[in-house]
Amino acid sequence: MAEIRTVGVAGCGTMGAGIAIVAARAGFRTLVYDTRADALATARRQSEAFFAKSVERGKLKQDQVATILGNLVGTTDLRDFKACDLVIEAVFEDLKVKHALFAELNDICPPQTIFASNTSTLSITEIAGGSGRGERFAGMHFCLPAQLMKLVEMSPGLNTSEATFQAAWDFCKALGQHPVKTKDSPGFILNYFLIPFNNDAIRLVESGVAEPAEIDKAIKGAMGYAMGPFELLDLVGMDTQLLLCEAMHGSTHEPRAACPPLVKRMIAAGRLGRKSGRGFHAYKDSKMFGS
Amino acid sequence: MPYCVIDTGASRSFPAAHALTQGAAEDGEVVVVIGAEVKRGLTRIREREQKTAVVLELGTECLGVYTGEARGTEGSNVLGFARFRLGEGEPSNLVELVRQPNTAPAALAAAKNLFEGAGLAVAVCNDFPGRIVDRLIRPYLNAALRRLDEGLATADAMDTTLKLGLGYPEGPIALLERTGLAAHFDVTQALYEALGDAAYAPARRARVAKQRG
Repeated sequence: MAEIRTVGVAGCGTMGAGIAIVAARAGFRTLVYDTRADALATARRQSEAFFAKSVERGKLKQDQVATILGNLVGTTDLRDFKACDLVIEAVFEDLKVKHALFAELNDICPPQTIFASNTSTLSITEIAGGSGRGERFAGMHFCLPAQLMKLVEMSPGLNTSEATFQAAWDFCKALGQHPVKTKDSPGFILNYFLIPFNNDAIRLVESGVAEPAEIDKAIKGAMGYAMGPFELLDLVGMDTQLLLCEAMHGSTHEPRAACPPLVKRMIAAGRLGRKSGRGFHAYKDSKMFGS
Repeated sequence: MPYCVIDTGASRSFPAAHALTQGAAEDGEVVVVIGAEVKRGLTRIREREQKTAVVLELGTECLGVYTGEARGTEGSNVLGFARFRLGEGEPSNLVELVRQPNTAPAALAAAKNLFEGAGLAVAVCNDFPGRIVDRLIRPYLNAALRRLDEGLATADAMDTTLKLGLGYPEGPIALLERTGLAAHFDVTQALYEALGDAAYAPARRARVAKQRG
């Protein structure tokens, strides 16, 4: 496998922007693609703010940040990814959208370029099936917020070659991340457990067992968790929780994965979570986590 | 507010000396009944209705077992509580305080103050099987055991994922090993019977541990 020097991140939403920070911080030349120039500009500002904070906290020096930011380049032209040795896709969780992106990338990128998907709920094998290079495809699911969280769930698809998976695994370690191997199974490990757990918490509120703040307090106090389920749901966002549930329930048909009605009512009421200033709790700002 | 503790033996919430039990008086406006014989402890309280609050330690049963229920209007100066504890593990710092629809606000406030005054965190909930914590974590623990059987990942990979991904201090498999799979069976079986929800049906590994004794 060729050495990985240049990394492409397709999609600069919260996840994509975070992954790009991780890759650039680890010394890789990092191209970030999005069709929306304004989204690229926002991500750039948030990345600069994040690295400024890193300097403030003594984790990076100013000259290091200058190098990192010099290596972090946004583009609205996917053809720039022809220079990439590995591409991580972090776009909308829709199989058709991902297939269209990878089909285009397959024409642009050299044959040795490894493709990876940051999907949290879709099948790696199914995404790889529309990429034109199923044997050079791996699942790399980063955690939110990627720039702060070390975990990456890595899954081989049915046709992923051992050499590809090993190269992606080594790349993940070179990023300074902590990979764990899971089957290509809906939700992998984290979301398989988290989505139904959060749904169960919402159903406790729906059925009048306790108020969200009391449930958060109970889970944190009893289990030592850093966040209660509703604090976490507010960070994830109700709109995202709905999509996660639809993807998980659609593929597993497990009752606990089905979206509780309260989520849809909260979306209708504009209570999306941190990003709208109010979810199960109220917030004063919506700046990027960790900045 | 002075309070007293009636200890009926074998308390899961307070198996050892604690500020709450040590700070108790001979008599008081608040009465805490701990141990496995709560019903017997209740009969020892004189002029129960005159107390500001009577707080009963619960197991997997509902508070209504002791107070009776009345068309959704039940509630008095009697509350339930349990200090959350997993199997053989040490009791946590969290007390679930159980109220009913018409619980007296003064009783709720007094009970909450008492536990918080003893250094415990208090989460208030209504009177349902499993309260908050057991109701939420038992399906998660059953799913973890089932997915381990199905080969989703190794036990270490699952534990590491939940620790690094969600900041859990301990993954589900290590937690069950430490606190006891058979103890998990007992609680989740009780909730399965109470709620009739398959998510609480004990996972194979918990049943095996229980059968091994």
